[in-house]
Amino acid sequence: MNIDLSEALDTKYGRSGLSCEVGPDAVELGEEHVLTIPNVPRPDKFLSDSFKGQEAEVLKFAHGTTTLAFVFKHGIIAAVDSRASMGVYIGSGTVKKIIEINPFLLGTMAGGAADCSFWERDLGRQCRLFELRNKERISVAAASKLLVNSVSRFRGMGLSMGTMIMGWDKTGPALFYVDNDGTRLKGNLFSVGSGSTFAMGVLDIGYKYDLSVEEACELGRRSIYHATHRDGASGGIINIYHVGEDGWTKISSEDSAQKHYQYKAESTEQASAPMVTS
Amino acid sequence: MSGDGCVAIASDTRLGQQYQTIAMDVPRMFKMHDRLFLGLTGLYTDTQTLYNLFKFKLSMYKMREGREISPETFANLVSSTLYEKRFGPYFTEPIVVGLDKDNKPYLCGMDLLGALACEPDFVTLGTSTEMLLGACETFYRENMNEDQLFEVVSQTLMMATDRDCLSGWGGVVHIISKEGITTKTIKTRQD
Repeated sequence: MNIDLSEALDTKYGRSGLSCEVGPDAVELGEEHVLTIPNVPRPDKFLSDSFKGQEAEVLKFAHGTTTLAFVFKHGIIAAVDSRASMGVYIGSGTVKKIIEINPFLLGTMAGGAADCSFWERDLGRQCRLFELRNKERISVAAASKLLVNSVSRFRGMGLSMGTMIMGWDKTGPALFYVDNDGTRLKGNLFSVGSGSTFAMGVLDIGYKYDLSVEEACELGRRSIYHATHRDGASGGIINIYHVGEDGWTKISSEDSAQKHYQYKAESTEQASAPMVTS
Repeated sequence: MSGDGCVAIASDTRLGQQYQTIAMDVPRMFKMHDRLFLGLTGLYTDTQTLYNLFKFKLSMYKMREGREISPETFANLVSSTLYEKRFGPYFTEPIVVGLDKDNKPYLCGMDLLGALACEPDFVTLGTSTEMLLGACETFYRENMNEDQLFEVVSQTLMMATDRDCLSGWGGVVHIISKEGITTKTIKTRQD
């Protein structure tokens, strides 16, 4: 890498608005790709200054979301909705919010769709390079750290992502939360996005470490379903992935609208069943 | 939306605070008399206040005049009531829909200050008004019968609410004709 990144960060701080001095106008990513940075005194303020008023429209694609992931006895479950909203307009109802980084690593997507897909793709590239250099798979801890390092370079410049990186490595299943502030947390249970509170309510009630794979999938599915039901910005398809010893598998992809009527039929069935008193 | 000797009014049934869905059984349409409906979008407290206010005003009107109010007169009443609060308005956009004495459809929308916009074909208001308008433009035909009108109105409503984060969760359609009022609920997505 030819360009000293500390300089890129310097452009953020310590320059007065009157200064005509400018920082590097690109940051290299790998051998061929560069990310251009606006050649202005405050590149971090460039978008918001240039698109005053419209900024919300431009930058808020896929802001509403519900994603969750949790570690349990048999690995990790990741469950997400598929709605991409631009303000209150539903841009798409069939977005893939679980990103397959490589056969052992998954990332979830909340916040800016472009930011998440780009940086998790870039993470895939970095992980592959690591594998080639070290002749072994990268750990989830290291992979998530690579992502944090990538986004930290652009801290304060308007990146928007709240993501969970998960996978299976030498240490077993591992789950990390990473966001655009540079936060990186290891944990057993996370939920991210505007519908996360709704999902968390259901998830916390049903969560046990000893869940079977089927039970865990259904818990994830139900949590996301309840979030799509109550949260205006979540909806569409519910996607479930399981991470096991041999990598991830896609479990299901179901329409939340159909789930609603299915769950409703099941609960009325239970309600009409004769009550058993002990 | 108007048809041949009939007119329809439809709304979704979601009540929410921003993105949080509070209730899913709240249609925003009120029957004022057998041939007149009032739709009130927007802030729900104002919806309730205004509904009670107009119910009262219509009772007074009926007592004084000894007859039901015509849709056009009612629209003007709503408009002037809203303009009374010009500098502290009710946050609601009403639609007045009905049949006049010749069974001709009357429909009229207005903004929160009471600016009337009467249309011969259709009126849309609320969070997904633009999307509703697009669907209406596509599917509206002149002189539809009651069944056709119901089909067009409910498809239109579902198309628009399925692209809007803040509406949906069920829908209700009222069709007013000279025979009476038909009310149908529509089954929609619940996300």
